[in-house]
Amino acid sequence: MAQIELIGICKKYKEETVIQDLNLTIRDGSFTVLVGPSGCGKSTTLRMVAGLERQSAGDILIDGQRVNDTPPGLRDVAMVFQNYALYPTMTVRGNIEFGLKNRGVSRKERERLISDISEIVGLGPYLDKKPQNLSGGQRQRVALARAMVKQPKVFILDEPLSNLDAKLRNQMRTELIQLHERLGTTFVYVTHDQVEAMSMGDEIVVMNEGAVQQADSPMKLYEQPANLFTAQFIGTPAMNIMKVGDIKGLRVLPESGAYHVGFRPEHAQINPDTPVEGLVLEGDILTRESLGAEHIYQIRSKAGAFFVKTFLKPLVTAERVRIAVPHGHLYYFSLTGSRMQTAGAANEETSSRQLIAGGV
Amino acid sequence: MEPANRAFDGHTVAVPGGRMLEAPGRPALVRSAAVLLLKALNVAALLLLVLIFAMPFVWMLSTSLKTLPETMIFPPEWIPRNPVWSNYASAWQTGPFLHYITNSAVISVSILLLQMLTIIPAAYAFARYRFVGSGFLFSLVMVTLMIPTQLIFLPVYLELSAFKLLNTHLGLILPFASSAFGIFLLRQAFRQIPEELVEASRLDQAKEWKIIIRIMVPMVKPVLVTFALFSFIAHWNDYFWPLVMTTNETARTLPIGIAKIREVEGGGTWNILMAGNVILVAPILAAFFLAQKHIIKAFVYNGVK
Ligand SMILES: Nc1ncnc2c1ncn2[C@@H]1O[C@H](COP(=O)(O)OP(=O)(O)O)[C@@H](O)[C@H]1O
Ligand SMILES: [Mg+2]
Repeated sequence: MAQIELIGICKKYKEETVIQDLNLTIRDGSFTVLVGPSGCGKSTTLRMVAGLERQSAGDILIDGQRVNDTPPGLRDVAMVFQNYALYPTMTVRGNIEFGLKNRGVSRKERERLISDISEIVGLGPYLDKKPQNLSGGQRQRVALARAMVKQPKVFILDEPLSNLDAKLRNQMRTELIQLHERLGTTFVYVTHDQVEAMSMGDEIVVMNEGAVQQADSPMKLYEQPANLFTAQFIGTPAMNIMKVGDIKGLRVLPESGAYHVGFRPEHAQINPDTPVEGLVLEGDILTRESLGAEHIYQIRSKAGAFFVKTFLKPLVTAERVRIAVPHGHLYYFSLTGSRMQTAGAANEETSSRQLIAGGV
Repeated sequence: MEPANRAFDGHTVAVPGGRMLEAPGRPALVRSAAVLLLKALNVAALLLLVLIFAMPFVWMLSTSLKTLPETMIFPPEWIPRNPVWSNYASAWQTGPFLHYITNSAVISVSILLLQMLTIIPAAYAFARYRFVGSGFLFSLVMVTLMIPTQLIFLPVYLELSAFKLLNTHLGLILPFASSAFGIFLLRQAFRQIPEELVEASRLDQAKEWKIIIRIMVPMVKPVLVTFALFSFIAHWNDYFWPLVMTTNETARTLPIGIAKIREVEGGGTWNILMAGNVILVAPILAAFFLAQKHIIKAFVYNGVK
């Protein structure tokens, strides 16, 4: 059990700055997911927490202790690597046991721990096999078991599911969530997949280009994106973004400084029966993608192309449609990309949005 | 048979115009025949190679069991009529063979152990760390690979003489306590091991020496075994160095003993000489058969899957 604090962390490789002034607190017992595009510095951040990489500046605190100079083995952090990093010359048992032996755990205690762990992850029958004779999912379990058996304060997982096929990945996702609930330990999980992040994390840290864009709960992230990047990173399809000036009829108070307006595909209504106060567009349907319960339309309007997603509605076959998004579901961003209001209660929010778009 | 059905017999299709079309099965057949032929050629070539390499050994074995007149027969006979096992006894009695064998064993095994002790840490350091002068030191190691023994034996001789190490086992062992070739070979193998394995063991609280012994070395075992074999063969068979560095029998090795058969038995006694050679190579052949699996692995070794 431990809270992790990153304070003013910078990381440079030679001249290249990979992470710039990162400040982040990872709550004790949380399932925190670091998510962001490839190369944004997620792994580097994790590796600094684990002690595999040293920060160029700043402090890392685990459980209130400054661990800047603590070697990786003594930080009480266990890591699951993307390609598992199992010791190929050792059996499954040997892999799980290695860390315990190095800590001087007695033989009897080791046996007990290994049998407990292999019970939990379902590796019992494979204890005497070599990793190369196991399937991807089984290797993943060995990697988990090796990390768990040390009963660490912090679990670190760097894209642990990316080498598995889709079905197994879903299954392992569920298992990892259950595992976290069962252990109650702090999990720090890295992925580049926002769907994975949303479905697993109770705390999500969106990163881009070495900086934290937003750290919040999944719902907060979805409903209250802090900036354009987060708004467009979370959600499938991504939030539609248009220039305020391109949209006829949407009048925004000039002093508000709103430059972009955005709305989520699922909040747009196609050919609404009653008039809607908000953003109204006309456009041609370019493509229709039907997944059964939901339909995704790509629509071209004068203000640009955008997506609309509907649930449990009949497929729209018309060529030309009218799209409306109510005020409450519009997001405004400044020229620099930050969102126009900070978080607030939902009704307050709505009224302030109307304020920005006043005069419509 | 109806023409319509003939289309399904897999070979030919009757076309109304009377022409016969080749069914899809035909080119595949031709291809598989070509593959078979290629395979046969391959096997034949390999057999030829085996023949070329095995012939001297077989010839040595056969000659070692012949009478002296038989060795001169033309055309030569491959299988002696009455194997003369006493040739081995004669060879054995030309000198203190047990003494030679003991010397050879002590020296080549000691060299091997010392080399393992030196090349593993050196190769690991060169493979995994950048330290001040690491590039320079490694190129120094590489340079020594290119210097032939014959070039440095004189200064080494003087050195050994100054330390009173001539005619001792130590004098034949110490100059080979490390191996540039071994360091090079092992460094390449260590470099292929993914960094994450080292990191995982660091997180498992393993000390550096433990990472080397329990994780790294087992992973390069095929390379290590192959190097060990090469080293053992080179020093077991070495004639030049023990000859130059010894002036009496104290530390002399088997190859010198074999060469002395000629002095004792006279130059033309090929059968006795070959019996001596069989004694010389027998342990090497045995080692080869024992390590075969690893050697093959070492040559097809392409990292860790
Ligand atoms: N050892 C290294 N040397 C130099 N640059 C590195 C090194 N490791 C990572 N980087 C760089 O740091 C950036 C962040 O990498 P990483 O943390 O692995 O990204 P992510 O895990 O988010 O995909 C990348 O641009 C990468 O090229
Ligand atoms: Mg990464």
